[in-house]
Amino acid sequence: MKHVLSNRLIWPALVLVALLLANLAFNHSFFNIRLQNGNLFGPLVDILRNAAPVVLVALGMTLVIATRGIDLSVGAVAAISGSWASMHIISSGDPSSVRVVLTAVGVALLMALVAGAWNGFLVSVLGIQPIVATLVLMTAGRGLAQIITSEKILYPDNSPAYKLIGGGYLLAVPFSILLAGIIFGLTAILTRRTALGTLIEAVGVNPEASRLAGIRSRSIIWIVYLFAGLLAGLAGLMLTSNSTSADPNSIGLFIELDAILAVVIGGTSLAGGRFSLAGTLIGAFIIEAMNTFVIQAISARATDVFKACVVIAVMILQSPQARAMVTGAFRGRKRAVVVPAGSVVSPGSAAISAPAPATPDTADGHTAATSDSILTKSSGTTS
Amino acid sequence: MLSNTQSYADSPDGTGDRPVATPIVEMSGISISFPGVKALQNVAFRLFPGEVHSLMGENGAGKSTLIKALTGVYTIDSGSIRVAGNDVLFSGPGEAQNAGIATVYQEVNLVTNLTVAENIMLGREPRRFGMIDWRAMRKHSRKVLADLNLDIDPGSLLESHSIAVQQLVAIARAVDINAQVLVLDEPTSSLDAREVGELFTIIRKIRDSGVAILFVSHFLDQVYEISDRLTVLRNGELVSEHLVHDLPRIDLISKMIGKDLAALDELEEGTKREATERVSGGAFLHAEGVGKTGSIKPYDLEIHPGEVVGLAGLLGSGRTELARLLYGADKNDSGAITIKGEPVKLRSPRIALDNKIAFASEDRKAEGLIGDLTVRANIVLAMQSERGWLRQIPRKQQDELAEKYIKALDIRPTNPEALVRNLSGGNQQKVLLARWLITEPKLLILDEPTRGIDIGAKAQIQKLVASLSDEGMAVVYISAELEEVLRLSHRIGIMRDRVKIAEIVNQGVTVNDIMETIAAEAGQPA
Repeated sequence: MKHVLSNRLIWPALVLVALLLANLAFNHSFFNIRLQNGNLFGPLVDILRNAAPVVLVALGMTLVIATRGIDLSVGAVAAISGSWASMHIISSGDPSSVRVVLTAVGVALLMALVAGAWNGFLVSVLGIQPIVATLVLMTAGRGLAQIITSEKILYPDNSPAYKLIGGGYLLAVPFSILLAGIIFGLTAILTRRTALGTLIEAVGVNPEASRLAGIRSRSIIWIVYLFAGLLAGLAGLMLTSNSTSADPNSIGLFIELDAILAVVIGGTSLAGGRFSLAGTLIGAFIIEAMNTFVIQAISARATDVFKACVVIAVMILQSPQARAMVTGAFRGRKRAVVVPAGSVVSPGSAAISAPAPATPDTADGHTAATSDSILTKSSGTTS
Repeated sequence: MLSNTQSYADSPDGTGDRPVATPIVEMSGISISFPGVKALQNVAFRLFPGEVHSLMGENGAGKSTLIKALTGVYTIDSGSIRVAGNDVLFSGPGEAQNAGIATVYQEVNLVTNLTVAENIMLGREPRRFGMIDWRAMRKHSRKVLADLNLDIDPGSLLESHSIAVQQLVAIARAVDINAQVLVLDEPTSSLDAREVGELFTIIRKIRDSGVAILFVSHFLDQVYEISDRLTVLRNGELVSEHLVHDLPRIDLISKMIGKDLAALDELEEGTKREATERVSGGAFLHAEGVGKTGSIKPYDLEIHPGEVVGLAGLLGSGRTELARLLYGADKNDSGAITIKGEPVKLRSPRIALDNKIAFASEDRKAEGLIGDLTVRANIVLAMQSERGWLRQIPRKQQDELAEKYIKALDIRPTNPEALVRNLSGGNQQKVLLARWLITEPKLLILDEPTRGIDIGAKAQIQKLVASLSDEGMAVVYISAELEEVLRLSHRIGIMRDRVKIAEIVNQGVTVNDIMETIAAEAGQPA
């Protein structure tokens, strides 16, 4: 039990379970999953599918944040890639051709990579602060997307192949869920089966010590921005493909904030260093489960307020100070029972709980302390 | 060496002639543990008004932890702290300060880009009509400084002063807030002899006014000069408390390390180097006129396999700067380096690493270890970056390497998954050494490898350097402790004011000779 509670992921996971149960209270068929035309349907499937783009963007964001960085441009990059792919498919004359779609996807992802490379260049080579460096593309990127689409809203409807990415099914499962799952697996392999994860964490914790240990931190930082750009591009394709419209002003709007939120809820510190991909995944699901709940239980307009409440709840649960307060109060009560009244010293209660009961005279602190060693040890182990 | 203070430092338990018999600080049964480390176990400590009390112990003994418990940085797991007879429970440094406990850390905890006066009055600025009364602030600060006989301009920026002066300002601030307890954690580690003297004069003055001073230093001479009483810790436990004049140095050392001195001698035995014929054969590294503007003047250095070249000089003489050039941590803008006869441009640490050069920085925390990673990850880090991120060292091999070096260097705790930041200074240094040894360097540059670590670990590290050199590794050894440089080096480069003033072969050279060379007037051939 203690081991489970000490796991950093336990609190976000509990919040997720609570949100799902809250959904169930309003919609008794919430956990129902049915097979229709050989494909899976149901509220849970919807949550997973809607979460897929955020999962992608948040995975990239996790690695960026682990290096002490941040990428504000992911929404704009998604807009660039989504609108370019849509534009290409519509203007190709043969929207249903798989070859056209593959070209569209390939070039769009290449553009996303270039965007990531640009961010990486500004941060790692020119040494510009990440928040400023990515702000450039955050604002310029949407403008670029508008230029690509000539400020029109595009409808890349009649392309089943493109539709597959965000709205289609494969083996009864929504393709976007499969895609997000595969990307999650690949990211885990990329960071944990190679040394990339450790080196990212090293650079995030102490850049100078990492440099002196021979780590090429410049290329590590470049890699994470490239990766974040690529995944943002993929998310942009998913979003436009599912909505069958490409409005450069709204594709991936504020997705960077959802992604950052997912990362932070998942327990990765904005100060850089150790990161958790599983935590990010849970974080993205929390955000989506929350959206679903608010829409059916309250009102779509209340979404942002409710989101803020859940975020505060998770933050408080993760805060070491808050946890110390909770466990401290718990420990204090426990110790009051353990320590017999009138014992020589009651060090534990003095230390943890509020004003200590008047301790009997301990003129010679040394002997008092040593004679009391068994007591102190026992109270120490409850920590 | 004992100062004139012993006359009244008699029994504190009421039988002495001092009126004060009650301690101002009384800690008992203090235990603190971190994940995987029991930092303090049931430790008691007391501090009397008007005394300088030294906390002694090797690295990892728990000195810093005890201080942090007293100053509210750490929350204690169990135990009690009484200040001036009241039980207290600090949940932060601010509360400790309000209780009259002021701390001056090794790294000065002031705001360097404010003026001296602003730092002294920070958070307590005198006000007039709701605005800060700058004139009153300067006037008051001037008075505080003058009371301590300090000649510092209150209007000057703190960062324009040396660390020594900054420390004195921190002490002045503590005095001004009427601190009853002043904690000085390694205040002398970056001061020269004259500055230490000034500091001690002020410490005595404050002590005589009735303030209790907790003093921590690795320099035994200083401890014996300034302290009235000392408490010895070992491995997170209390060993004993003594009046300084009751405890001869030898006994103190054996209490600190838990061994007698014969064992200590044995530890250091066999590390004594003499100038040998190691210079035969080709040089591993040859640097000609290597320098960097504003950092170090051109320096010639030749080092052969198996040779230890010591760098001696005072703080700021350019030793570290040279080491950083040889490792590519900074880029040289003059001179050339050849390795085994091949010209090499050491543009980055990575290139140096590829050329089998390793560098352990003097600043372990900022430039050495990755605190939030495990001992294992830190040990394999350089080897991993050498291989590139794509080829991860298999976990099994990582475990084997970590285990091997934890055992070989006696790293404690022995758990490879403990976070490095929870280790003591000496053990952190060993982790750093392990990281470099794994890369099997041909040239190992050690900058102050024994600074701030305990005697036992010091001897272990010196012995290790000696045996590495016997196995054919070239070593550049930098230390402020001339005895160490002298014991280990075959040749010694002596530096002053960022230039090499002499290079001597270590044959019949004494510490005095080196000091005289350093002290010789500039311009005179040494």
